[in-house]
Amino acid sequence: MARRGTPMADLGSEWVDDAAGPLVRPYTLTGGRTRPMHSRLDVATQVVAAESGLDPMELGPEHRKIITLCHHPLSVAEVASYTRVPLGVARVLLDDLINRGDIVVGTPTRHEGGPDRDLLQAILDGIRAI
Amino acid sequence: MVPESVKVVVAGGFGAGKTTLVGSVSEIAPMTTEELLTSASVGVDDLAGVERKTTTTVAMDFGRITINQQIVLYLFGTPGQDRFWFMWNELAQGALGAIVLVDTRRLEASFASIDFFERRGMPFVIAVNCFDGGCQHSVAEIRQALAVADEVPFILCDARSRESAKLALIKLLQHAMSRLPPAPVLA
Repeated sequence: MARRGTPMADLGSEWVDDAAGPLVRPYTLTGGRTRPMHSRLDVATQVVAAESGLDPMELGPEHRKIITLCHHPLSVAEVASYTRVPLGVARVLLDDLINRGDIVVGTPTRHEGGPDRDLLQAILDGIRAI
Repeated sequence: MVPESVKVVVAGGFGAGKTTLVGSVSEIAPMTTEELLTSASVGVDDLAGVERKTTTTVAMDFGRITINQQIVLYLFGTPGQDRFWFMWNELAQGALGAIVLVDTRRLEASFASIDFFERRGMPFVIAVNCFDGGCQHSVAEIRQALAVADEVPFILCDARSRESAKLALIKLLQHAMSRLPPAPVLA
């Protein structure tokens, strides 16, 4: 990370330092959109590929990669990590796919007022069993 | 069927062993995901100024435990630096609770995490990471120094040990359950 006040010549590269960011601006992939239009996607929300009947070749490579990855359910964070895009970008791309019906979303978290006893007990049993 | 996901936040100061703890209990090698500061602060209409902004990347490590066919648990390590509080809010939203890892050599590094979860009213446990024989203090001394409520569970752990990490999760779940209103008695 470049530090303020560090001469550029000391940063190891003459014309691209870390602060310049990735060479492909991440939000180029989303057409400049920084927020999903519809879905509320938590970092842990599960997403899985579905059969939309639409032609995947209409989509960009990142969108298609996500559909392939989501053959098994994954979290939004895993999708972002595997596709090597920031979380915000993954959310926008997933939102496109959800709107097309290529991706469906799991229960966000069923507990607005906190998790219920049955859920906590099931997790406790699961942890003990691993 | 799409499983339900639940989150546990793993917090603590820089170098307290967050990623180690996540890795010791996760079924996948800890993964990293990144968020750009601009994505949280720049609206769609503000893109004209983007080229002047410095993009700050916030990295979070996470792991996963498949509980059963219906439930997947994710453990998210908080970004270490205080200036990334906005990510903490997002991680804490809907989380079951938190494990605050404490390194007794840098006790003060955990204060901000404890404040955060106390203020949110979120259940948390204190896991004192005793690697390298780092625990020269008693639990009572550490509890007093951290000034947390008596009901907050304390465990001495080794973040590298799977059993330690499991115990921290078990204590957290038991603590979260103890805070629920009593189950209705069936007539």
